[in-house]
Amino acid sequence: MNEDLKAHINYALKKGIRLDGRKKEEYRSIEIRTGVVATAEGSASVKCGDTEVIAGIKLNTGEPYPDSPDEGVMMVSSELLPLSNPEFERGPPGIEAIEVARVIDRGIREGKAIDTKKLCIKKGELVWMVMIDVLPLNHDGNLIDIGGIATLAALRDTNMLEVKDDKVVFGRRTKEKLPLTNMPIPVTIIKIGDNLIVDPTDSEEGVLDARLTVSVLEDGTLCALQKGGDASLSIKDINNMIDLAIKKSQELRKKLNEALKDD
Amino acid sequence: MMSSEYNKRLDRRGFDETRLIEAKAGVIKKADGSAMFRIGKTTAYAAVYGPRELHPKHLQNPKTGILRCNYNMMPFSAEERVRPGPSRRSKEISMVTEKALLPVVNLEDYPNAVVDVFIELTETDAGSRCAGICAASIALADAGITMKDMVSAVSVGVINHQIVVDLDGEEEHLTNLDVADIPIAMVPSTEEITLLQMDGKASKEELLKAIEIVKPVLRRITETQRKALKEKYKGQGGL
Repeated sequence: MNEDLKAHINYALKKGIRLDGRKKEEYRSIEIRTGVVATAEGSASVKCGDTEVIAGIKLNTGEPYPDSPDEGVMMVSSELLPLSNPEFERGPPGIEAIEVARVIDRGIREGKAIDTKKLCIKKGELVWMVMIDVLPLNHDGNLIDIGGIATLAALRDTNMLEVKDDKVVFGRRTKEKLPLTNMPIPVTIIKIGDNLIVDPTDSEEGVLDARLTVSVLEDGTLCALQKGGDASLSIKDINNMIDLAIKKSQELRKKLNEALKDD
Repeated sequence: MMSSEYNKRLDRRGFDETRLIEAKAGVIKKADGSAMFRIGKTTAYAAVYGPRELHPKHLQNPKTGILRCNYNMMPFSAEERVRPGPSRRSKEISMVTEKALLPVVNLEDYPNAVVDVFIELTETDAGSRCAGICAASIALADAGITMKDMVSAVSVGVINHQIVVDLDGEEEHLTNLDVADIPIAMVPSTEEITLLQMDGKASKEELLKAIEIVKPVLRRITETQRKALKEKYKGQGGL
């Protein structure tokens, strides 16, 4: 069944066609909404085709890591909810969900999206902890890119909480925004046969040979990479994939900025 | 009935008035049936998968299918982050949700199969199990599962002898007054009660009065659920 689907997708791709009629380098239409969860300090929902992801930010205070006593702590978690796809089962996050969370985390962390130095309350004792949860409501592929964009939008939507006697007052949001610096955009390029495509659906992901996620900063600098899939990539492949990722990141950045401007 | 110190609701709602309700069917494309049900700032999504083959096989019953419900709060759905994974609370709610829905689902139509219902709360401000049941009921109907009727649910409270429909988070946490929280689910056509729990103190008379008061409210909720389904299938014939 998978082999047949793969042959079919490959045959179509040779003619430059995808199952849903898109071009190889075309994203599905994206809709970004912020402030969708009343209980979160920041939140966003991103719809891309049939994929819909919610990212929510919760804040708390805690002890800093010993190797960075004056920096806030951030953490990204994800779960492939069985609500979002018939293939997913209940239970603790499997390796796929862990990879999604870790790749999004790496982009945000290494791209210095959050200004963690500004999240220090008492050096060595008390810092802000930013907990980011990225969850699919409907999973039809490309969770890393869509989850990554939802995360950025949710971070921008985040307001700090009131602190009293070194303790967070839950539910008491202040006017102060979460300090951010960069917006690293993750773009995943999929290789099927000799074809490179972006924004794969669930069925395209099911037959991919290799993929490369590239997190790109505004000036085109790369800040995180993740190669996935069973097949290897040539240096030429990597070159082409990064070029395509940088190009697509500019389009996505524009869309994200437009959506955030409205709020 | 005694007169109550709670003579005006914190958010100025009428005593038998719910918060704003919004329902939508078919919100999750990958699912066989799905729905969103929002009441105030409590939002539940439900997805139904099935009837599908039940694994492990030894759980299969050639006489009937089984219903499996899973209630889960998203980590950002409460004031303090909720640790992912099942808790004692979520397991119990999953079970009572299953029992709330079972009486209307014709499972004997699906021998050896399972109907999976996944409920996710994106935001909560009290009443989340009832919102979950309302969403699940729409989702089951949307999946084309044969059902005898809809199930509608809402919580009713007794605050210092005053009966109050659809407690919100602020009311649930009133510390200076006695608050009883009574989630109720009902099959509207037969008035059978399929979920009944209570946290807090109330007399038998107050409980029975609360059930009477909540009946017409539940009927209105059923109408909202039906409307959500009709809305999805509008222009497609039938219904």
